[in-house]
Amino acid sequence: MGLATFWIGFLLVTALLFAVWFFAMRRSQVRKASVGLSFTSFLAFAFLYAPILVVAIMSFNNSRFKLEWVGFTTKWYAKIFGDESVVGGLEGAQLLSATQNTLILAIISTIISTIIGALLGYGLHRYRFPGSRLTAWLMYIPVVTPDIVMAISLLLLYQVVRNFLPFFEPGMPAMVIAHVTFQIAFVAIVVRSRLATLDPALEEAARDLYASPLETVQHVVFPLALPGVMAGALLAFTLSIDDFVISFFTSGPESQTLPILIYASVKRGITPDINALSTIIVVLTMIGVFLSQILQRNQKN
Amino acid sequence: MTKIKKPKLEAAGGELLTPIQLLSRAAVTAGPGIVWIALFLVLPMLILFGYSFLSRDELGNAAAPFTADNYVRFAGWDVLGYDAAYLFIVGRTILVSLVTTLLCVIIAYPLAFFIAGHEPRVRDRLMIFVIVPSWVNLVIRTYAWMIMFNPSSPITQLAASMGIVQPNEGLYPSDFAVYVGMVNVFLPFIVLPLYSAVERIDWSQLEAAQDLYATKTQAFIRVLVPQTLPGLTAGIILTAIPALGMFVIPDLLGGAKVALIGNSIAQQFGASRDYPFGAAISFLVMGLTLLVLWLYARRVGEKGMRDLL
Repeated sequence: MGLATFWIGFLLVTALLFAVWFFAMRRSQVRKASVGLSFTSFLAFAFLYAPILVVAIMSFNNSRFKLEWVGFTTKWYAKIFGDESVVGGLEGAQLLSATQNTLILAIISTIISTIIGALLGYGLHRYRFPGSRLTAWLMYIPVVTPDIVMAISLLLLYQVVRNFLPFFEPGMPAMVIAHVTFQIAFVAIVVRSRLATLDPALEEAARDLYASPLETVQHVVFPLALPGVMAGALLAFTLSIDDFVISFFTSGPESQTLPILIYASVKRGITPDINALSTIIVVLTMIGVFLSQILQRNQKN
Repeated sequence: MTKIKKPKLEAAGGELLTPIQLLSRAAVTAGPGIVWIALFLVLPMLILFGYSFLSRDELGNAAAPFTADNYVRFAGWDVLGYDAAYLFIVGRTILVSLVTTLLCVIIAYPLAFFIAGHEPRVRDRLMIFVIVPSWVNLVIRTYAWMIMFNPSSPITQLAASMGIVQPNEGLYPSDFAVYVGMVNVFLPFIVLPLYSAVERIDWSQLEAAQDLYATKTQAFIRVLVPQTLPGLTAGIILTAIPALGMFVIPDLLGGAKVALIGNSIAQQFGASRDYPFGAAISFLVMGLTLLVLWLYARRVGEKGMRDLL
């Protein structure tokens, strides 16, 4: 009985949402979409957002073990921020240090990779030199290669180096290097394609007006490339925050990140407080995304 | 008459540079990046290749002598006789990757056309909505399906009442759950390049086709689809290859039932501690990746590769 009620209610809500979606979207259509196309797209969006919504809803569910809806509560959130918080079998202190690790890793690796990657993107855009085409090709390897293969090859590199030098113990420095490696590629590609859209005459004009090469870069190229650099940095940052596999294989006991902790506790069994924690992360991610969108829009105007 | 030797100059950014100037400028800008890529991308790949030919000593650590045993074992010949277990895993992984890609393409086409049919402002906003879920952590998105496919969830109970699953059994771990998780994660990667191809479509060609009495299907297949092929190819590469090494989704949603290559690699570097064998499997995946990327670069050229990002 409960099941039938749930599904009838679900279908009614879906139909209502679709009607709203259909008419709202229709107003801004240049080519009118059929009901079928509208509905397929609606379902595709619903499918994309289903996991996020489910985690968010369940984080307010007042039930410890059952997955059905029992009642509204905020106690899982209170638990996370409470004094003796234990989340998914994790202590509050662990959680705090994991959050710190995630942010430290993302910030340091983004700074390094944005500087090196933007320079690389500029160099490849501006100069043809032996190996420039090979480098441009190599940059795409981290874009398509499965994470786990990159993680394993770095793990083996670290292992080999440790035989000769006291570097690269699993831990934060090893993770930063791993993250920078894939981030550089993304930043360089984004910056390079931004530079490719610029009119070369601008730079030539600056040189004709006796600007030194450095002045040209400082006053012409850099301001024009800045949106690309920012977009690259943002992409690098989110990639780092998001990464689980590469961190998992290069981290040490002191440098666990949030995705690693969540993975570990999910393996032990899902608990509602993990939903609350995930929801907080999701909301923070969304805020970051929208802030960056606003930033970019302001830059365009 | 003596020949005057002209220095070979190259133009870059409104100035002429001698080869030495050019190289030094390139070294200052692209240099650090190239060194980093050489040290942490190319060198690890070579080490991976080298490791895959090592054997293990009594303690289970990687050691000399060099041998091709790891690849032989991968192909099925083990000390205990022939067992094609790993080839099965490879076959299943390729199948999962291809089916995932196909499902993504089927969903992405209508979505890309739908989005491209709006005013530019709304278009951009809808594309952001496609991308936002991919910025939510993969582990979180995957375990959301564990909640939805749990035995007590309405979805599972509906399936149970229709006799698809046994009562008190979940929809995961299963192939089905793995596909749902995979398509959910990879869909944006196909929609993105496909959408930029749809956006560039020359719609006057469609009108021309209609003037020539092409049916709707004919016009779609022969006029619109060919124009989306560059974006589609990029999307397929961005999905099919990363899907080959996916490890989180089959691990959480497939359980022990649906082990894929990614799980086998992780196992060698975790519980089994067989690094050389794990390196051999990884190298096969890497080799395939490089091969596809090389073929693609040859086909579309340097400019075309920008469809990938």
